[in-house]
Amino acid sequence: MLIRKKNEIASSEITAQSDYRNRRAFMQGAAAAGIATLAGTRLLDVAAPRTDVHAATKLATVPSKLSTPGITPTSFQDITTYNNFYEFGTDKSDPAKNAWRLQTRPWTVSVEGEVKKKKTFDIDTLLKLRPMEERIYRHRCVEAWSMVIPWDGYPLAEFIKECEPLSSAQYVQFLSYENLNQEPWIKDISLDWPYSEGLRMDEAMHPLTLLTFGLYGQALPNQDGAPVRVVVPWKYGFKSAKSIVKVRFVKKQPRTTWNESAPNEYGFYSNVNPNVDHPRWSQKYERVIGAPFWKARQATLMFNGYGDQVASLYAGMDLRKNF
Amino acid sequence: MKNRSIVALKWIAFPLSLVPLGLLVADGFSNALGPDPVAEITHRTGFLALYFLLASLAITPLRRLHPRLNWLIRFRRMLGLFAFFYASLHLLTWIWLFSDFDVHAMAHDFVKRPFITAGIFAWAILLALAATSTQWAVRKLGGKRWQLLHRAVYMAAIAAVIHFWWIVKPGVRTPWKVTVVLAVLLLMRVAWKAKEAVRQREIRVPMAV
Repeated sequence: MLIRKKNEIASSEITAQSDYRNRRAFMQGAAAAGIATLAGTRLLDVAAPRTDVHAATKLATVPSKLSTPGITPTSFQDITTYNNFYEFGTDKSDPAKNAWRLQTRPWTVSVEGEVKKKKTFDIDTLLKLRPMEERIYRHRCVEAWSMVIPWDGYPLAEFIKECEPLSSAQYVQFLSYENLNQEPWIKDISLDWPYSEGLRMDEAMHPLTLLTFGLYGQALPNQDGAPVRVVVPWKYGFKSAKSIVKVRFVKKQPRTTWNESAPNEYGFYSNVNPNVDHPRWSQKYERVIGAPFWKARQATLMFNGYGDQVASLYAGMDLRKNF
Repeated sequence: MKNRSIVALKWIAFPLSLVPLGLLVADGFSNALGPDPVAEITHRTGFLALYFLLASLAITPLRRLHPRLNWLIRFRRMLGLFAFFYASLHLLTWIWLFSDFDVHAMAHDFVKRPFITAGIFAWAILLALAATSTQWAVRKLGGKRWQLLHRAVYMAAIAAVIHFWWIVKPGVRTPWKVTVVLAVLLLMRVAWKAKEAVRQREIRVPMAV
């Protein structure tokens, strides 16, 4: 099927990262120039919520051939202030305000289930396991909005090799961090916590599936799933579990949070598919984050544009049934 | 309250009711609608429509609290028309920004998505009420029939709140506040009716003796 693509976000629309980083200095200067100190600091909080307090660590990355060519990343500001991370509140702006509570050190990822031997990886070991690659991917949310994000990580397959799964492992389950002290918003929504997601083994081993530690060349901001998450670019965003603490290799399809909550709305596969509507909205189009409102509507691509690489995983499957 | 004061207050209330629209337009032009401006426009216009609708429904229960609040009736039509106005903008975001005027897609949505059906149902009622909101329409229809027609506003408000519940994700409870407000406003009417019925009976009983 031929889908006409509208123009991507013009680079002129994007705030330069240097400008973004200097915004505090700029605002502080303005405040000092006239506004009363108290009003100034309060204004600062409103205008620039703390978004990058935990994002200071730089990551050394190498370019990757699997990065998507010809697309311009969404601004760092939008990627870090427009998030679905219900552990930190249900509004898109909540995680940027609340995720500073998440303590990402010390952090370990334990591996269990159908593996030769149970293992626990320290986050600093994981960071050094393989060279970090920059992968620019499209990111399509099931809510019909999209971004382009320059992720930093390495293939999940490389990590899975280190886990030494048994041949009986058919699926891999990811469990996110759950802590009522750091994430009290968990109580605000009736989901079966901790957040759980899963992939079929061949999906998890696919070279596009990324174990992700950063974006824009720096450690993940908390609201984007620090310190480690997966990114599966051909699936709706909720399939890419954040702040992972446990990886479990299993024989049967694992429970996944949104699927459990509303099986008719969120399938286990949840591949991006413009031909299968969400019961409450069409998936044919998406709103491009950061675009002006009259230009935000863009056609959604099958498998989010990664069909050439991943369609074979689903050969012979009815994608309407297995949505 | 004196008629002059009411007229003066109307001159304040009208532009005040347009302030949210002004803010929306200003934010739109200064690119201050956030990362997802389409969603922001949709949410703001939707909430405004609901708030004005609830405000118009609050007039009668408030008046019944005290006879000195009777003058509030003079603002009910304005509030109702603003509810219709913001509901129409809300509908327009769906027609334009979500559907890009694709009639086929909209018809499909209308049939297939209950929250859209509920929303359009509510808007259609408001349209009918706005169209018959003039003095001329009241005279033409006759007070009784006009009042009967305008009771449909209860259905519009209920449909609007259901529309809200049907669009949020399962487990999300954000619409509970407007639901409580609407329930209170409707229950106050039921309570008043019941009280009136009792009073009527008390008046009638001695007469029957």
